Amino acid sequence: MERHFEHDLEELKQRLLWMGSLAERAVHQSVQSLLEADEAVAETVLTEEDAINEMQIEIDERVQRLLALQAPMAVDLRFLLAVSRINGDLERIGDQAVNIAQSAMRVMRHPQVKPYVDLPRMTELAEGMVRDSLNALVRGDQELAQSVMQRDDQVDRLRDQLFRELLTYMMENSAVVFAAFELVLVAKNLERIGDHATNIAEDVIYFVAGRDVRHPALDRR
Amino acid sequence: MAPIPIPVKPAERPQEGSAALTPVKMAARNLNFYYGKFHAVKNVSIEIRERVVTAFIGPSGCGKSTLLRVFNRMYDLYPRQRAEGEVILDGENILTVKSIRALRSKVGMVFQKPTPFPMSIHENIAFGVRLYENLSRSAMDDRVQQSLTRAGLWEEVKDKLNQSGLGLSGGQQQRLCIARALAVNPEVLLMDEPCSALDPVSTAKIEELLFELKGACTILIVTHNMQQAARASDYTAFMLQGALIEYSETSKLFTTPSDSRTEAYITGRFG
Repeated sequence: MERHFEHDLEELKQRLLWMGSLAERAVHQSVQSLLEADEAVAETVLTEEDAINEMQIEIDERVQRLLALQAPMAVDLRFLLAVSRINGDLERIGDQAVNIAQSAMRVMRHPQVKPYVDLPRMTELAEGMVRDSLNALVRGDQELAQSVMQRDDQVDRLRDQLFRELLTYMMENSAVVFAAFELVLVAKNLERIGDHATNIAEDVIYFVAGRDVRHPALDRR
Repeated sequence: MAPIPIPVKPAERPQEGSAALTPVKMAARNLNFYYGKFHAVKNVSIEIRERVVTAFIGPSGCGKSTLLRVFNRMYDLYPRQRAEGEVILDGENILTVKSIRALRSKVGMVFQKPTPFPMSIHENIAFGVRLYENLSRSAMDDRVQQSLTRAGLWEEVKDKLNQSGLGLSGGQQQRLCIARALAVNPEVLLMDEPCSALDPVSTAKIEELLFELKGACTILIVTHNMQQAARASDYTAFMLQGALIEYSETSKLFTTPSDSRTEAYITGRFG
């Protein structure tokens, strides 16, 4: 017997995935606007953020309604709690993309500090983490979720590397401080996006296996 | 960097409750009901929307079952019970109509305990139909099959239509009673705690059935099980000591009720 409730859950999942695609596109476009100094693309990121924010509210309302009306148990309960948290992470990813687009608009007014090498790599990594964390949700794939969590270290390392490099540029030439500082912020934003993807992956493991892997150092007895 | 295209927004079914309001099918206006001197329903006014499920909840003795019984004049069978006010069905006050039989064919009822007649499954359904219609044998067979199918019971009983309805399980008996009520194509279906004697699986089947049926008829369900009202209904009415306290979309009533008594009841603080 197919339950009505299952249609509601599927619909909720599809909307969360759509929000994920919007967030992923926002990240991609924000960095693109920076690398290609394209103000129009940066503007698009700001405009399209509305759709992500609207979806956050809609998903929250749906989760609230299903929790109140369906009194879900076990895997259904974990799914709804996970969706609620992932919803927040996706919205924050959208915010980070907006921050990057705004930085891009400021950086455009200055000469390029250095060739962009690490930023595209970092972006590719962070985007891939977001995409795979959502793929892991769709497939209920714990291994994929684990791999997302492991990739976070690479993003962190790239950020540290960029910080050091940009710092040397700034020390050598104070004329580049403004633009270089913006790039530091962008690296920080990308690193945060990796963190949000990691959170999503952790929620996927919670949903699939019922294990809370957020803070492994804590001794849960 | 290669651009990422704008993702296509997934389609959605209309949200329950957010759909455009359906017309009013049935309404009580200043309705009062008395069992002798006991004032069981106090000045209730309510508009029931067409083709949705409306649930009535409230503690024991709050008047919800009584209200339901007034909606097809079940009380007519008992002395010293009387109703005052109006119950309008399709513009007509059913408290004063002459033809109870016509009313009952329009307004079907299913009770708490399954009440199959002590006859065959086929006859359980045909019996009621004969009161209203004169069907040929094959038309009657079709009607029986159609009603059992709508009640989600056909597959389970199609090979034993001549066996007694009393031999079915509780959940099957209740669906037989629903099929019997549906056989005369009622416009309104009143259900008084239809699942309280059933196990969770049978209950889930009946709840799913409500979703199927509401496209064709208006359903009013009295339930003690708040979760059932939450899961299965579009609108919910909360009653207390004979009075209607709150009536709104189910999603609203169970997430942000406007009356503190409703909130206290649905959160289990009394009742």
